[in-house]
Amino acid sequence: MFPDPAPPEVAQAADLGGYPWKPVNTAEDANIAEPEDGWAGAIVCADTQPSAAFALCRALRKREQPLEPLILVVDHRQLADLDLREDLFDDLIVLPLRPGELAARLKLSFWRVGRGTRPELVEYGPLVLNLETYQAAVSGKPLDLTYMEYELLKFLATHPGKVFTREVLLSRVWGYEYYGGARTVDVHIRRLRAKLGEEHAHLISTVRSVGYRFGQGRW
Amino acid sequence: MIPAGFPQALTSQTWRMEAGTERQNEYVLRTVEERGVRFVQLWFTDVLGVQKAVSITPAELENALEEGLTFDGSAVDGFSRVQESDVLARPDARTFQILPIAGGGPEATGNGAGGHQVARVVCDVTNLDGTPFEGDPRNVLRRTVERAREKGFSFYAAPEIEYFYFADSDVPAGTTPIPLDNGSYFELTVADLAGDLRKRTVLTLEEMGIPVEYSQHEDSPSQHEIDLRYTDALAMADNVMSVRLVVKEVAQERGVYATFMPKPLYGFQGSGMHTHFSLFEGDTNAFCDPGDPYGLSKIGRGFIAGLLRHAREITAVTNQWVNSYKRLVPGYEAPVYVSWARNNRSALVRVPPHKRGKPESTRIEYRAPDSACNPYLAFALVLAAGLDGIEEGYDLPPEAAANLYEMTPTERLAEGIESLPSSLDEAVDLMERSELVAATLGEHVFEWFLRNKRAEWADYTGQVTNYELARYLPRL
Repeated sequence: MFPDPAPPEVAQAADLGGYPWKPVNTAEDANIAEPEDGWAGAIVCADTQPSAAFALCRALRKREQPLEPLILVVDHRQLADLDLREDLFDDLIVLPLRPGELAARLKLSFWRVGRGTRPELVEYGPLVLNLETYQAAVSGKPLDLTYMEYELLKFLATHPGKVFTREVLLSRVWGYEYYGGARTVDVHIRRLRAKLGEEHAHLISTVRSVGYRFGQGRW
Repeated sequence: MIPAGFPQALTSQTWRMEAGTERQNEYVLRTVEERGVRFVQLWFTDVLGVQKAVSITPAELENALEEGLTFDGSAVDGFSRVQESDVLARPDARTFQILPIAGGGPEATGNGAGGHQVARVVCDVTNLDGTPFEGDPRNVLRRTVERAREKGFSFYAAPEIEYFYFADSDVPAGTTPIPLDNGSYFELTVADLAGDLRKRTVLTLEEMGIPVEYSQHEDSPSQHEIDLRYTDALAMADNVMSVRLVVKEVAQERGVYATFMPKPLYGFQGSGMHTHFSLFEGDTNAFCDPGDPYGLSKIGRGFIAGLLRHAREITAVTNQWVNSYKRLVPGYEAPVYVSWARNNRSALVRVPPHKRGKPESTRIEYRAPDSACNPYLAFALVLAAGLDGIEEGYDLPPEAAANLYEMTPTERLAEGIESLPSSLDEAVDLMERSELVAATLGEHVFEWFLRNKRAEWADYTGQVTNYELARYLPRL
């Protein structure tokens, strides 16, 4: 976190999110203080020393392993200064800081770069999909899915509550490689429901004369 | 983030085409690792529809997925050739499935699994140069389905598979197999072992992604039926092979023998595999025409007409054993006469009434096949016969009105109603003269099948049966 000493309200917000941090003033400081498994991200407060802050951002980006996510904290009068500096940061927070906002943004950024606590998991009710290992489980019991069943479930579970037509599912999940037209979708949905078992088959609902929806509708 | 993703979205479809197989293989390999699968069975089917499996270890799997596994085809019925006998089993990664049952498949080679996770993957068999192997039944069906696809049709099948549970497969001479119960149609009995077996079978199938539409106790003692939910014919033929395995394995776990023999008990109905078929053009049921008095489109009528015209020629395949013809006799709801009807269960082709307001469920039911046929070859021939009817624009004969069994031979002759072959011998003769069957099966399968069935018939005719001993020995 830049600068050293860290602004108390930002430090507090980081603590609130449960993220351990160290204050630094230069890229050199950052290298020296770097933990063995590397920095997970950076918070740069540019409100007091803008030039030094942007220099640090640039230096962190030029590392062999560019440091990201990098979250910039700025005063609202500095917004114009960000023009053409988009490459230096991944997200920004405009002061005054609201409690919880920093933690929420950190969480989101970590998820985006795939370094969240468990970014590869998709969870919905009793269903858990591990996108990294291609495994799915319902109520802790592994589901033995074929490749296409897995791909279909993954697509549905990552878009809960949304209704998809058979055509959309065909083009998004199967691409060009399919036999048997849109009926293929019905067949696979039926297979997925069979594997989910009677208790959880309702996770995928049929929306009459439209298509299918995973989970509850939004209204 | 958003701009970066944009060009990716534009190219993703091309990418998917190239990377599809790779991703499927990756999925299979990763799942094997994550789930601790110890053996992977490579499944394929011989010409007579007997399931074959080669078990390999996860270490061998990656190579098998990429290059296929070489094996000696001469050990498999119908695969033997004069020269080169080595062929390749090429796993179809889309069919990879962890098996919810413990044991190895029938005729599995290699070590038993010993309680570890076992998975299967269905294979296409190819020559060493990668061209489809002409003796592979799955290839016969794939080729025929492809022909339909070129005309814009997808072909769906939904079989009703009947089978018996018996105490044992070993039946001493002069006795009959012992049924597990004496329950009849829809009967519910307490502590019903056979019913319990059927339930476990259905649950296992559902876990394997084979949806069961319906299951019930059938007419005969210990006879049961499992109806599968429709899917495309190639996947369905794979499913039929899985069902046979699961039914037998689940029974075996409880010390019971399950059989798909077409007619195991004299005086009782045999085991058929009535199969519902439909063609779709995209999202539209091609058989359906709500304006037609029968609800059938021109395509639907042509399909039935073609199937009826070629029914006698394809019977050697849909009913391929000497014993199959003991089922196709009058009086047991098995078809005997070449005819079609809507609500007449003695007809060979039935057009079941579709649910009100669901014209997309229009289909035809072909009632000849028995549970011991090779589903790949049977589905391929039904499709080929139907397509021929559509292409040639055959006229649909009139619907069979009366109960065909009650008509006299003269009445049937007057109506132009032919009979299905009454023996394997007659069926093979009819098949031998069929250009349609030769073209659909391909020269290799066609020749081998005829030779094999002639030999079976010759062997059978030389037998002295229990029937003869009981009837003639005391009197003559």
